[in-house]
Amino acid sequence: MTGTSGRRLQFGVFFQSANTGTIWSDARSGSQYDFETFRRVAQTAERGLFSAFFVGEGLRIRENFGQIHDLDIAGRPEAQTQLSALAAVTSHIGLVATHTTTFHDPYEVARRFATLDLLSEGRAGWNVVTTDDAWIGENMRRGGYLDHADRYRRAAEFVRGTWRLWDAGASLIPSKSAHAACWGQRGNDVIADGKFISFTAPPPLPPTPQRRPVIFQAGDSDEGREFAAAHADVIFSAHPEFEDSVSFAADLRRRLAAYGRHEADVKFFPGQQFVLAATAAEAQEKFEWVTHAQISPQTALRYLEIIWGRDLSDYDPGGPLPAEDPASEKVTTTRGAALRSKDAVAVARQWRAVAAEKSLSIREFVIHQTSRRILVGSYSSVADRLVGYAESGVVDGFNISPYIVPDGLDDIVNGLVPELQERGIYPTEYPGATLRENLGLPPLTSQEAGAALGGQR
Amino acid sequence: MSGGSFAVAIELDSGGTHPAAWRGAQHPPSELLSPRRLASVAANAERHGFTAITLDDSPLPPGPDTNGPVRLDAVQRAAYLAPLTSAIGLVPVVDVVYPEPVHVATRLASLDYASSGRAGWIVTASASEATARAFAREPVTDAAALHREAEDVIEVARRLWDSWEDDAVIRDIATGRYLDRDKLHNVDFSGATFSVKGPSFVPRPPQGQLIVFGADVGADVALVAVADEPEVASAAARARSAGALRVFAEVEVAIDSRGLAAERRIAELDAFVPWRPSSRLRYVGDAEGFVELLSRLSQLIDGVRILPAVIDVDLEELGRCVLPALRREIGFSSPTAGAMLRESLGLPRPTNRYTPNPV
Repeated sequence: MTGTSGRRLQFGVFFQSANTGTIWSDARSGSQYDFETFRRVAQTAERGLFSAFFVGEGLRIRENFGQIHDLDIAGRPEAQTQLSALAAVTSHIGLVATHTTTFHDPYEVARRFATLDLLSEGRAGWNVVTTDDAWIGENMRRGGYLDHADRYRRAAEFVRGTWRLWDAGASLIPSKSAHAACWGQRGNDVIADGKFISFTAPPPLPPTPQRRPVIFQAGDSDEGREFAAAHADVIFSAHPEFEDSVSFAADLRRRLAAYGRHEADVKFFPGQQFVLAATAAEAQEKFEWVTHAQISPQTALRYLEIIWGRDLSDYDPGGPLPAEDPASEKVTTTRGAALRSKDAVAVARQWRAVAAEKSLSIREFVIHQTSRRILVGSYSSVADRLVGYAESGVVDGFNISPYIVPDGLDDIVNGLVPELQERGIYPTEYPGATLRENLGLPPLTSQEAGAALGGQR
Repeated sequence: MSGGSFAVAIELDSGGTHPAAWRGAQHPPSELLSPRRLASVAANAERHGFTAITLDDSPLPPGPDTNGPVRLDAVQRAAYLAPLTSAIGLVPVVDVVYPEPVHVATRLASLDYASSGRAGWIVTASASEATARAFAREPVTDAAALHREAEDVIEVARRLWDSWEDDAVIRDIATGRYLDRDKLHNVDFSGATFSVKGPSFVPRPPQGQLIVFGADVGADVALVAVADEPEVASAAARARSAGALRVFAEVEVAIDSRGLAAERRIAELDAFVPWRPSSRLRYVGDAEGFVELLSRLSQLIDGVRILPAVIDVDLEELGRCVLPALRREIGFSSPTAGAMLRESLGLPRPTNRYTPNPV
């Protein structure tokens, strides 16, 4: 199979820092917070011509029934600090920081990203997330203050506020007068006066190479999709499966027109894990190892506890799922927003039915449940499958979460990427200098970049 | 002196501490924002053997009435320099009045990881109403409130840095536990303007606690700013009695360079924008005289933070003429590759406040 449409896929790497999918129990599992781990992952990704290196944000350590969740990796460096350090040891890969619009200040975020864009010479990206969590608010000056329904309203005002601060950078001009300081005048103040965001601030820095960081967004709710349609350059979706990703992309593309945007303005990068080897048999063997290392017996029980809402440690992970229904109707968890607010009883019954039908123990069921999306196979067979994704155009690439760090990308970079290149569906060099260019996004229009920019760059 | 070599930190923000410093440099002002310049200046400082780099900062760019430079965020500049250097300390200024204390503490802890334990923090608490408007907060302007804010943010940062014990990550396969949850601690800080539950999302930094520099109470290293040399001894005594483990004096300096007297260099720059007297010591003259000043200071205090008038000129003179003389005269020694800042300053790694004492 060879790509004929001329379309290409791109990869990003998501350094997770708090999830079940990253294996910590193996001798090859590196530190989750030493810089060397990050450097190796980022440099391996860059060797594989990845577009972007992502780091997440978690402003509080996850809990389970009011106690620290102790079974998964936890603890991470702060995103902007880490990416600024990585900017010094990489030269092409995009550097994408996740920041919630709920517990940051727009002025500060604008200054951080402008700094990152200057330090990386045009490689900054911002994964915009929202939260309404009073639990995280306990660590903040502002406290937990935001109604659930308002989180995307605040996010929209927040992002627009930062855009204006970046655009206003053009008014910050180095002095030409001989008898003045280096920066002769402060830029024009931006005044934001919204319902959720209000500030008066000068632009923190002059225009940076990209002017604005590339905006990534992953929200899947209706409000999240509207927000993405209005603001995002890249959708980091949770829909890697082919049919899902087709309908998801179609839905989002329908929403673009309302904001005067076009299909080419938005890229789709679903999250994905790969387990690869030279042969199908080796890949399957590796898959068994990966999934059992990801889902320990204790992790399997903890996974069910999210739905059952109580301690299940007296259950045998090798035995069947609990026969009784969850006590509470709604799922409440601080780990993983995806299941929150679901109908616990319905989920429990459905899970029990699946486990019974397939004769799965608790642990085997959880492995089944969490590993369905993993793409498993030989380098060449997975490459063949990805040709279909590339030609259909429904996704522009994948954001890959390695199952182990630092060397979890080695198989992909050494084995899969050359196969994709042979099939003509993967870049053979970085096409541009900035993240925006490397993603194939259109340049910011003069209107988007702010009329104030005229003639400055 | 109280242990360790006399320390010589150098401030490398923008073009230098003279307000017209950029005119003494051979590049346009926008070059001051380039990562290449940042990297090359820092590489020079490390090659010469300075103890640490400090990076000044303020949240906002200069206003219509101020001559300050436009700057990149100082923590990020320091982080960028971390993998490009191996011995020199990296000490950004971070103001505490308006940002979230959790963000301040975790950014600094992350810098300590990126630099393998070479991070410090110069605490400032500025009364800027313009910054209050940028952060949409009530302005904090009176001295007592600013002082309290600095004390509270330092306290919460110190607790957050300790909120993971060093051996909290256990990777215990038998029980399936990555963490020992008993070794993570809520900090439960409750102050006048904010509270923080904890624990930090960043594990305990390599140094255990970063080195806190500041003019006020609560710093490990007191930065003493006095305009006259005879005042240094009494200011140092005050800082020590307030709990400082080390005392540094801040010194602005311009050194004779390439046959051009420092006074003449400064006069030329003053014609553009005058260098007004500050609250710091200031030395303008030849390298020998500056070595003598530092030798005298080394009898009283533990180090200096040098603010060069023009980085592109004075950094080279300091490195070429002053540091070698200090090695001979007072046994100055440069930090070694891989050493933590704490070690370079002769400060032991502190025990964790949350670790139970062995009974």
